[in-house]
Amino acid sequence: MTKWIDICASDDLQADSGICALVEGQQVAIFYASKDKTVYAIDNYDPFGKVHVLSRGLFGDIKGEPMICSPLYKQHFSLLTGACFEDNTVKNKIYPIRIENNRVEISLEG
Amino acid sequence: MSKKQTLVVIGNGMVGHNFLENLVASDIKDNYDIVTFCEEVRPAYDRVHLTEFFSGKSAKDLSMVTEGFFENNNIKIHLGDKAVEIDTRNKFVTSAKGAAISYDKLVLATGSYPFVPPVSGHDRDNCFVYRTIEDLEAMTEAAKSSKVGAVIGGGLLGLEAAKALQDLKLKTHVVQFSPRLMSAQLDMGGAQMLANKIEALGVSVLTGKNTTKIIDGDNCKHKLVFADGSELETDIVLFSTGIRPRDEIARASGIEVGARGGIVIDDQCKTSDPDIYAIGECAVWKEQTFGLVAPGYSMARTVVANLAEQYAVFEGADMSTKLKLNGVDVASIGDAHAKTEGALVYTYQNGADEIYKRLVVSQDKKKLLGAVLVGDASGYGTLLQYTLNNIDLPEHPDTLILPGRSDESVGLGPDALPASAQICSCFDVTKGEICSAIESGCSSMADLKVETKATTGCGGCSALLKSVLDSELEKSGITVNTDICEHFAHTRRDLYNIIMVENIKSFDTLLEKHGTGGNGCEICRQAVGSILASYWNDYILKQEHLSLQDTNDTFLANMQKDGTYSVVPRMTGGEVTPDGLIAVGQIAKKYKLYTKITGGQRVDLFGARVDQLPLIWEELIAAGFESGHAYGKSLRTVKSCVGSTWCRFGVDDSVGLAVELENRYKGLRAPHKIKFAVSGCTRECAEAQSKDIGVIATEGGWNMYVCGNGGMKPRHGDLFATNLDKETLIKYIDRVLTFYVRSADRLQRTSVWMENMEGGLDYLKSVVIDDKLGICSSLEKQMQHVVENYQCEWKTTIADESKLKRFRTFINSDKTDDNILFVEERGQIRPANEQEREHAAVAEEV
Ligand code: SRM
Ligand SMILES: Cc1cc2nc3c(=O)[nH]c(=O)nc-3n(C[C@H](O)[C@H](O)[C@H](O)COP(=O)(O)OP(=O)(O)OC[C@H]3O[C@@H](n4cnc5c(N)ncnc54)[C@H](O)[C@@H]3O)c2cc1C
Ligand code: SF4
Ligand code: FES
Repeated sequence: MTKWIDICASDDLQADSGICALVEGQQVAIFYASKDKTVYAIDNYDPFGKVHVLSRGLFGDIKGEPMICSPLYKQHFSLLTGACFEDNTVKNKIYPIRIENNRVEISLEG
Repeated sequence: MSKKQTLVVIGNGMVGHNFLENLVASDIKDNYDIVTFCEEVRPAYDRVHLTEFFSGKSAKDLSMVTEGFFENNNIKIHLGDKAVEIDTRNKFVTSAKGAAISYDKLVLATGSYPFVPPVSGHDRDNCFVYRTIEDLEAMTEAAKSSKVGAVIGGGLLGLEAAKALQDLKLKTHVVQFSPRLMSAQLDMGGAQMLANKIEALGVSVLTGKNTTKIIDGDNCKHKLVFADGSELETDIVLFSTGIRPRDEIARASGIEVGARGGIVIDDQCKTSDPDIYAIGECAVWKEQTFGLVAPGYSMARTVVANLAEQYAVFEGADMSTKLKLNGVDVASIGDAHAKTEGALVYTYQNGADEIYKRLVVSQDKKKLLGAVLVGDASGYGTLLQYTLNNIDLPEHPDTLILPGRSDESVGLGPDALPASAQICSCFDVTKGEICSAIESGCSSMADLKVETKATTGCGGCSALLKSVLDSELEKSGITVNTDICEHFAHTRRDLYNIIMVENIKSFDTLLEKHGTGGNGCEICRQAVGSILASYWNDYILKQEHLSLQDTNDTFLANMQKDGTYSVVPRMTGGEVTPDGLIAVGQIAKKYKLYTKITGGQRVDLFGARVDQLPLIWEELIAAGFESGHAYGKSLRTVKSCVGSTWCRFGVDDSVGLAVELENRYKGLRAPHKIKFAVSGCTRECAEAQSKDIGVIATEGGWNMYVCGNGGMKPRHGDLFATNLDKETLIKYIDRVLTFYVRSADRLQRTSVWMENMEGGLDYLKSVVIDDKLGICSSLEKQMQHVVENYQCEWKTTIADESKLKRFRTFINSDKTDDNILFVEERGQIRPANEQEREHAAVAEEV
């Protein structure tokens, strides 16, 4: 059984933008696609800038694949796979996330 | 009488002309009266692309002289006149037509002449060399009554000449003395493969042929007789047997020449006479001559720098080459013959596809020393970068030339190159410079050509340039297509008009009605965010606009490398009260921020965590400060000088006007940032002519300058109107800025906007002053709307509880990011570097 960790209320999500959660010491960037009503979670660490800032990047999609654009040097990371579009040797961790009863829940296992 | 010195340049060829261009672009151009002698009947043209004359380029197309170059820069050119003597004692030059010009400094750029071996019959009719447009015209004429042509000499230039003969529809032969083609560059294996390829193009290749005489032919005009007794009939003979430096004038004037010819120069490109320089093919440096343009250009730069008393040296040049012969790829890099001690060689030969590649690497297999590529020179750019920039080779260097494997592992994508990597050696353009040009708005090869000159020399760097461009564009999300991005098949200007005409107020509406689907991306979101803000001037963090802004705008502060932010309160016109300064100081101290005076005449506070921003701003606002919009593509600063209030020369109150202008336009969002400056008199202490809008006080009123730029490509502002009263000045600024906001491309500064504007300054004047388009009242009205709807974004934000939530570091915890770490330097904080951070992490574990 997946262990879901409660993060915040779904009202705390920012439409088409990001917030950051601290989950058992891990920084996780969380994005909410308002049109598709979908949440995504990805490691907040920017492997290029080497600092924790992805939650403050711009959200969007590339050829239909939801992505986040790093606020520092503008690399794009897929929110489905965590892969960096510009450099296929770089991949960020993606976390299972869901909205249950107006609460956002995340799992660190995925 | 002018106090200027006279500088004479002998020779207006590629290098001589490049020297003139560099000189007039430099700060010292006004120090000299410039005179140049040009022996040929036309000024400098592009010899490198001479062969294109046969594929339809005219002499005019080949010209390197931009219209009005000599006139506009006051250069006196003696066309069709040859300098014949230099009197180095009395310092004057005399010419064939009798001109006598005194000089203070003299530059020799006489190039070289084609060497013709003294075989008997070399001066028969229809025997040519290949160097000038006249040579080509004569060949073309002769070709009309000819069927066969032979090039004597199978070097780089000979092969190019062979292509020219083919273009003239002649049956073409290449006759080479040595056993292999391009013997200076290629090894035996490479040369053999090349010969096969050339033959496949229909050119016959004869190697090991020593031409002893040229006599009457039986079926053709001439017959070449070779030392081995064989013969070849041909109608046209083209000698391409090397070049010799043109040092005759130096020789005759007692200037030192080298043992094998050429004017001897030192590292500063000075000859034996300290007031005389020599550059280009006529010069010999450390016993070497250079038959390529790039080294010549680098000598030209060296001389300009030395004249400007900046220390510069010529350090030799890379002689790598890539042949631009139709259909045949040949390239040679560095030590192709593996002459370096201990050098190791890897060879790949593919007979079926006629590909030959050879790598020469250092003994420890770490560095690439040289390479030869025949049949497939696609790796040229990459390999050249390995040698030029001394980049470490991959573990198995052969992966660089092996097929299959190579596709992935040639690997040195443009991203792997350091910013210092030289991409274009002809014009010494580095990757860093190219990236800057791209950042400042270049988005096509054509733009980059104009901006950096890269690829306009030999063209060898074009593939690499393209890959740098593509990769940078991709990184910054710009697409070459004029569609703003995949979510809208429109330009920024289209989107602007749509928003204006349809009264659209949100990104979602625009995407729904005019987008191609999806959620948008950082490009369209920001561009549309900016347009909506310019047009409606809504609160930038209104819920529906929030996701349109990059981090700087969403958090109303500039993100720094360590993820913290900088805070810039507005100090209009650079004016700040002592109490204001004290307050800023106290706040900075309380939050332990780094403080610095910016280039925009205000104070920047660095190192604020996202959760501290509202707290800091609450205090700044209480002390009377407003947002400085340092984060926005919007009005930044209006710099001022002290002006008539204090300065003994001041003509008008520059500070007063600067403050007024800054207050009027603050908060205005635009395609890019906008900067102003106001100077109190013509001494221009505020540097107004380097700003988007510059104003200078004169006795008769304000002079207005537009579209200046500092930054990566400085541009002097254009004088737009003179002697204005304040009211007219403001009216004009309103109109210019609104017109810019409406019509510019995204991320286009006013300077680039102007450069791209058809009709240029005159057109802008006709729109703004004469109201040619009849839009002036609408431009003014729009600006008035923006002015009236100004709000300090920080004030609005602080007052709104729901907005503040976003400034927490974590949504589910009050902790802050413990990876942010500072160390102290010169009495203030700075972000810890990686090493220091690791250190701290270890210390914590212990
Ligand atoms: C802080 C400051 C340097 C300083 O310590 O003095 C600065 C800092 C930055 N400049 Fe600047 N520029 C600063 C004055 C200038 C000036 C001088 C001036 O304004 O008189 C120039 C040349 C004038 C001009 O713009 O024409 C200047 C030309 C640039 C450029 C090149 C623009 C161009 O058109 O080529 C960039 C890059 C860009 O905007 O794309 C840039 C970009 C930046 C950015 C935003 C780079 C970035 O993305 O991080 C820097 C961040 C600012 C921050 O975090 O607060 N900065 N920058 C100056 C802030 C002035 C202010 O008070 O607002
Ligand atoms: C067909 C061809 C293809 C080439 N391809 C390439 C290439 O791909 N890559 C590359 O890097 N290089 C190439 N080159 C070489 C390149 O053109 C030369 O390196 C370059 O032109 C050298 O410039 P320069 O100013 O030193 O000499 P030039 O361009 O020859 O200019 C010297 C000028 O000085 C004039 N002059 C000489 N003496 C006097 C005097 N006493 N008074 C007045 N004027 C005088 C000459 O008439 C001439 O106009 C090629 C050359 C040719 C001919
Ligand atoms: S520009 Fe003129 S008025 Fe302004 S400080 Fe300089 S000298 Fe004084
Ligand atoms: S390297 Fe010759 S044009 Fe760039």
